[in-house]
Amino acid sequence: MHDDHDAHSHDHDHAHGHDHDNLYSDMQARVKALETLLTEKGLIDPAAIDAIVETYETKVGPRNGAHVVAKAWGDADFADWLKRDATAAIASLGYTGRQGEHMRAVFNTAETHNLVVCTLCSCYPWSVLGLPPVWYKAPAYRSRAVIDPRGVLAEFGLTLPEDKKIRVWDSTAELRYLVIPERPEGTEGMDEQALAGLVSRDAMIGTAVAASPESTP
Amino acid sequence: MNGPHDLGGQMGFGPVAPEKNEPYFHAAWEKRALGITISCGAFGAWTIDESRHARENIPPADYLAASYYEIWIRGIDKLLERHGFATREELLSGHALQDGAVPKRVLKADIVPAVLAKGGPCDRPVKTAPLFAVGETVKTKNFNPPTHTRLPRYARARTGVVEAVQGSFVFPDDNAHGKGENPQWLYTIVFDGAEIWGADADPTLTVSIDAWESYLEPA
Repeated sequence: MHDDHDAHSHDHDHAHGHDHDNLYSDMQARVKALETLLTEKGLIDPAAIDAIVETYETKVGPRNGAHVVAKAWGDADFADWLKRDATAAIASLGYTGRQGEHMRAVFNTAETHNLVVCTLCSCYPWSVLGLPPVWYKAPAYRSRAVIDPRGVLAEFGLTLPEDKKIRVWDSTAELRYLVIPERPEGTEGMDEQALAGLVSRDAMIGTAVAASPESTP
Repeated sequence: MNGPHDLGGQMGFGPVAPEKNEPYFHAAWEKRALGITISCGAFGAWTIDESRHARENIPPADYLAASYYEIWIRGIDKLLERHGFATREELLSGHALQDGAVPKRVLKADIVPAVLAKGGPCDRPVKTAPLFAVGETVKTKNFNPPTHTRLPRYARARTGVVEAVQGSFVFPDDNAHGKGENPQWLYTIVFDGAEIWGADADPTLTVSIDAWESYLEPA
């Protein structure tokens, strides 16, 4: 039996199929009840949840990816390594792990702009970008990025030249894509840390480009 | 399955709404939802593919109305019940009422950094050589399984070009249903926008997917 409708096939007490609404209308209460249940059963450790949250609030985020980009801008050998084996090159900077096991770096060029989406769920390179923003996981972006990328980019305030090629990467497998934006003009002589400051999360998804030094406070 | 999750090319969801300086979490429960989802995944009772399929099976109206963390919680509820860790009554009451399945592992705080840093690689060796080569023109199959697949509807029965042979990976269509990992070669296939969307497509657009070998046939 396929479980397409298994939420409705159980013999439970709710007569009109409103169990979803009843169960989920208050997510704060719903999730607290679930955590309580799982803790009582010894299945989870609330301190582990704290540790997970702390990791993604303070340790794993888009600064990791910005470091990768800045290093690629300033170090041709590293950029080459990133093209050939992004997983290893990124791991050499200490960024590994969950949802970054199989990395690919895609380089913007004068001819081509890259944009990353997961139309099927919310695949995202956590190890270098952290947790995805809400819009990345929401239907508007997931539905339109593949059919109307210019329209989507305009909603981020990004208008590309009409002849610029756009390549959309739909993350349908376990490969996780990091966009390496083009290095802005006027950044000669800037050190890696200053360069990283020009690289936003969105620039590494492809919904932005790197900031120019003049526009960055 | 042709579920609500398969969103590529659908219309009517309105503009993308990026939030300036977006926080990682918009409510305290979202933090707990993240931690619960990862902690339950650590049981070793189900695969990431099964968990994706559990989310895809949320009824469409519920799926599209839910935030992503709510989708995760709905999926976790289903998995906990299916694998015997909690009963429906326990999920509704929020309290333990009976003994349930025993997980292979309970994620304790002290091993969280190591577990997160290790992740869950899903590349696996295969004995066969890749059937398709870089530069080759291929066609994606037309199929509509009621089960899990990672070939989006918009990319079925389309002609594209193999851009890269990416290695061999666990095959989600089988793994989601407890049929084993059955690894296959994985390819990046690139399509012209017009091949997918027709003559009105953005002429500058190409779209790629990562496709397992059995999704493909010679063009």
